[in-house]
Amino acid sequence: MSAISVRELRKSYGGHEALRGISFEIAEGEVFSLLGPNGAGKTTTIEILEGYRMRDRGEVEVLGFDPGRAGSPFRERIGIVLQQSQLWPTLTVAETHKLFAGYYSRPRDIDEVIALVGLSEKRDARVKTLSGGQKRRLDLGVALVGDPDLVFLDEPTTGFDPAARRAAWEMIRSLRSLGKTILLTTHYLDEAEQLADRVAVLREGVIIREGTPAEFTGGASETEVRYRRNGQEVVIRTTEPTRVLQELTTQALAEGGELEGLQVRRPTLEDVYLALVAEAAE
Amino acid sequence: MRLFRHQLRWEQTVFWRSRESAVFVFLFPLLLFTLLTAVYTGHIYGHPASWALLAGMLAYGVANTAFAGLALIIVARRETGILKRIRGTPLPPATYLAAVLTSIMIVFALQTAALFVLGRLLKSTPWPGHLVSLVLALALGGAAFAGLGLALTGFIRSLEGSSAVVNVLVLPMAFLSGSFGPTRHYPQALRAVGDVLPLKYFLDAINGIYLHGQELWDKPMNVAVLAAWGALGIAVAIRKFRWEPREG
Repeated sequence: MSAISVRELRKSYGGHEALRGISFEIAEGEVFSLLGPNGAGKTTTIEILEGYRMRDRGEVEVLGFDPGRAGSPFRERIGIVLQQSQLWPTLTVAETHKLFAGYYSRPRDIDEVIALVGLSEKRDARVKTLSGGQKRRLDLGVALVGDPDLVFLDEPTTGFDPAARRAAWEMIRSLRSLGKTILLTTHYLDEAEQLADRVAVLREGVIIREGTPAEFTGGASETEVRYRRNGQEVVIRTTEPTRVLQELTTQALAEGGELEGLQVRRPTLEDVYLALVAEAAE
Repeated sequence: MRLFRHQLRWEQTVFWRSRESAVFVFLFPLLLFTLLTAVYTGHIYGHPASWALLAGMLAYGVANTAFAGLALIIVARRETGILKRIRGTPLPPATYLAAVLTSIMIVFALQTAALFVLGRLLKSTPWPGHLVSLVLALALGGAAFAGLGLALTGFIRSLEGSSAVVNVLVLPMAFLSGSFGPTRHYPQALRAVGDVLPLKYFLDAINGIYLHGQELWDKPMNVAVLAAWGALGIAVAIRKFRWEPREG
């Protein structure tokens, strides 16, 4: 059963074609990540799915609704974290959750939600006193308070420090374990690699590649071997890492030396992504 | 109805908790009344000046609160993404706007009541008579200016410029309409400008009811002009109102 189904979706602004006929499916309970450089069409796509923008052409179904025409029954079942958006600075964390909980017919318990996003200690603090990362967690709490089946996360961890990012990842994993479907856009490739079941790369309004993170990185044939000799960095890219390593280590042992700073590395999603985007640009 | 009451309750909480809105929107006409009555003495329209200034500040209040205050609140919410976020929840847009408008009308009603109390305390101004007419006039004026305030948000592009735009409209309008004293001795050209502004007709209605013991419907012209401006505001608002930030 698909939570989201998109076929041949097109959208232009003036003469500029932002989306040139993209298609993808997201299954229920799946974490799907949309990647791509700025201006690739990620936000346009997500905003069409959220019901903020009208499409020009193509078919879109989200939880069985056409988001371009759907009203309250559709919005009961989705949660949205916008790229940038503020809340009332003078309300407390708990009050902000109460305000939004009132919009839904079956809201979650607000203290549960506040605990889920890690703001229990800040429950009665005014929003204006929260740090940037805490405000972003509040955004997530507000998106979850209606107990949505589908959550849109548009760059949810931009501006986080590494520890806050890890905490956010844990939160997103716990959402997944609750069976929520998640559509995530991000600039951080490690984030997509960590969280997403499937990834699609969007560039200039076209999906140039789609698959699981393992398919992205597994398809790459070369492994990188790095070490230092006489202070010089040596990089070997090879399709036969076993043979190369044996030759290197045998030689080093024979000379009684050490392979300084030895690293053997498979390409990450980031390497594959950067290659893909650069390739398409040529 | 449950959603409307929920939203209205939170609108009031948010309004009174924000120092900016509580001071600038609610208290400003009261402050201005205190200053003006301290400066102006003598008689206006055959009554102590404070009576006419009280009516003038009621009119200033409708422009300050239902028009400017509402526009500033909406633009701030639009530009900070709050409107967009609300649009993504099951709360119907019409319910939301109805609650926002009702909330600002409550503020305006409380402000009006506070002005009468303040006038009584400071200058022994009389309590108003013809209450049905007065309430109808306040409701009509409040609704018309709120409609114009909604329309105005469509022409304000940024949060930074919004209070400047609003003040440039409200202060001259209040001045030309006679909120700060009669316009009889103004130059012809300035009076001609005042004659097309809705605030002049609202003030004329309030003066009629409060100072001259008339009913609202004794001067149908005032009712017609206010209703026309309000309808124009709503028509423009329907075309120009935006839920999403203009910038970014």
